[in-house]
Amino acid sequence: MSDVTETESLAAPLADEAAANPVSGIDQTAGNFSYKMDYEFDAGTGLSEKTVRYISSVKKEAPWILEFRLNALKQFLAKPMPTHWATKDLENINFDKIRYYLASGQKPKRTWDEVPDDIKKTFERLGIPEQERKFLAGVEAQFDSEAAYSNIKDVVAKQGVIFANSTEALREHPEIFRKYFGKVIPTGDNKFSALNSAVFSGGSFIYVPKGVKVAHPLQAYFRINAENFGQFERTLIICDEGAELTYMEGCTAPKFSTSTLHSAVVELVALKGAKIQYITVQNWANNVFNLVTKRGVAHEEAEIKWIDCNIGSRLTMKYPGVVLKGRKARGEVISIALANDGQHQDTGAKMIHAADETTSNIVAKSISVGQGRSTYRGVVHIPKHLKGCKNNTECDALLINTNSRTDTYPAITVRGDANSVQHEASVSKVSEEQIFYMQQRGLTEGQAMSLSVNGFVNDLASQFPMEYSVELKRLIDLEMEGSVG
Amino acid sequence: MSSLEIKDLHVSIGEKQIVKGLTLTVRSGEVHAIMGPNGTGKSTLAKAVAGHPSFTITSGDVLLDGRSILAMQPDERARAGLFLAFQYPSEIPGVSIANFLRAAVQARMGEGEELDATGYYKRLYSKMDLLKIDRKFTSRAINDGFSGGEKKRCEILQMAMLEPKFALMDETDSGLDIDALRIVADGVNALRSTNLGVLMITHYQRLLGYIVPDHVHVMWDGRIVKSGDKSLALELEAKGYDWVKKELVRA
Ligand SMILES: Nc1ncnc2c1ncn2[C@@H]1O[C@H](COP(=O)(O)OP(=O)(O)OP(=O)(O)O)[C@@H](O)[C@H]1O
Ligand SMILES: [Mg+2]
Repeated sequence: MSDVTETESLAAPLADEAAANPVSGIDQTAGNFSYKMDYEFDAGTGLSEKTVRYISSVKKEAPWILEFRLNALKQFLAKPMPTHWATKDLENINFDKIRYYLASGQKPKRTWDEVPDDIKKTFERLGIPEQERKFLAGVEAQFDSEAAYSNIKDVVAKQGVIFANSTEALREHPEIFRKYFGKVIPTGDNKFSALNSAVFSGGSFIYVPKGVKVAHPLQAYFRINAENFGQFERTLIICDEGAELTYMEGCTAPKFSTSTLHSAVVELVALKGAKIQYITVQNWANNVFNLVTKRGVAHEEAEIKWIDCNIGSRLTMKYPGVVLKGRKARGEVISIALANDGQHQDTGAKMIHAADETTSNIVAKSISVGQGRSTYRGVVHIPKHLKGCKNNTECDALLINTNSRTDTYPAITVRGDANSVQHEASVSKVSEEQIFYMQQRGLTEGQAMSLSVNGFVNDLASQFPMEYSVELKRLIDLEMEGSVG
Repeated sequence: MSSLEIKDLHVSIGEKQIVKGLTLTVRSGEVHAIMGPNGTGKSTLAKAVAGHPSFTITSGDVLLDGRSILAMQPDERARAGLFLAFQYPSEIPGVSIANFLRAAVQARMGEGEELDATGYYKRLYSKMDLLKIDRKFTSRAINDGFSGGEKKRCEILQMAMLEPKFALMDETDSGLDIDALRIVADGVNALRSTNLGVLMITHYQRLLGYIVPDHVHVMWDGRIVKSGDKSLALELEAKGYDWVKKELVRA
């Protein structure tokens, strides 16, 4: 059970680097390894009603959830691929070859000592237990379909914060979660939200009671280990009135020659005056289709901020959104996407203004390297009857070498003159002269490119909590140094 | 004692030959000035020696302490002790002077050696004070929005921090005001006394009044056509390049 497959030996030099760097923060760079596992629960290959029923029965779900899943499966099968606007590469996903549910057990452990050895080793290699000790309020570590470990610090639990996986939360706290589950992102929102709704497993369900401000971030880490696997976590975060939470997710998978599918649904609800900051720093191997739907609803004077850093994957399609439902609600998306050779980052943001005096801010920066391709898609919608709404959108693209491609599709529908929008876009290139200049000071070509890219995203990264900006920098360094031919 | 030897160097861009057989040796502590009309290939020479990828060296050699550097990447040449103060320094948005120089200093350290941040900043600030550069500049992006003179001063700051064996200074004086010229010259003279060798490209005698050259060379159409001591610069200033041209025709 414990053969380690090391596809590339990334681990050793990185260990040195971590030792040399005292503010090491989060390390997702050492993700390219996997363990041979015997899964106790395996839904087999391919997707049918049987698959869905199997998952539901393994989880001993309430009948309404099975209903929800079966309805979602129908919608998934009925919906066409969105290839009329999105890339044709989606057609290369073979849904019959994917394994939809793999788990070694059902209940996540509360201490690392109880976690099975290989799984524990995985997360140790990724540095999760260490981060938890250092600066987190709670951690959930998902291995393929289920959380292997989940723990929340006593002080936070005592404040009434609930932090559980989807199965557990829907079983034990339906009175809190059922009301919002599938409401922010309806099943039929898109083909992949329907797929997730049919086969979802794992993810974080969080409830923060009225007025509770969680001082440290809660974190989930999603690890794909198996080949030909689909990971479909489901996250729902509810911050009650005046509550505040920072949530962070990280993801990695080993690199396989076959493709891997990651298709999550994340719903956020910020009630009156609540604040949610949702941070993603992900580093997928470039065989992963990463098709994620993320949306939040911000009630009166509430604030939702998505910080979304996408590095790696074969194709990422993700447009975090905020529905600004209450007066003076604020929404923000900060998006950083790095598309290296063979990668396509199709990312963006959606801001749906639905009340007066709501404000939204989108800052999207993309970097395209070599044959890498970046696409920005944005939607900003402010209907005519609203007053005092504001949107600011800024999209900047950085191209490194001439083959890179970048596209921007901003769709801004703003009606009525009592609202204001600002849109700025720029495309810049890292020139041969700039690289030569930096090399002339003694930096290698890879270091020079890393510096340019880090410089390009610096104004955004410097606003992140330090651990995440350090992590982002490390991922960029690794990606750029690997890209020099 | 170090040496930088340029031997019968031929450099072209695409099909176009620009440097056409240039020979010159600079030793530690020496200052060589190169003067010459616009477009004769002075910057091309400097960039080719530094390893710019647009320029092809078709024949000849460049030796640092007796070893050819032509097979080395630009960054390897830099770490071996070569510094180019650019005529037109590049702007690098988002990369602060402090971080950039820190990376450059770190790049010169051995494997596993860690830069001492406090010591680094101390040194950086003292060099900035010497060059009368406001400390606020450390957090500004390199050359981004700098005035012409600020860019040139920033080049010298980098040179002072990186302590090269040889500096190729390409028109560092142009764009500097009178006070800045003196400050930069003092900086270079201080480094010279620690054995820095300098190849200084300039159009003006004024700089040579502050940094007194050991040798002055006139470059014309890709070659050195006349060499002399510091008086040659004065003569050039008085008589112009036509004088050299006439001499050339006569020869
Ligand atoms: N990238 C390039 N492509 C084509 N021609 C070039 C390129 N760079 C330089 N040249 C040409 O090479 C010749 C020499 O240029 P160089 O910049 O070396 O001159 P210089 O002596 O430094 O002039 P100045 O005193 O004006 O700085 C010029 O004719 C110039 O136009
Ligand atoms: Mg020149």
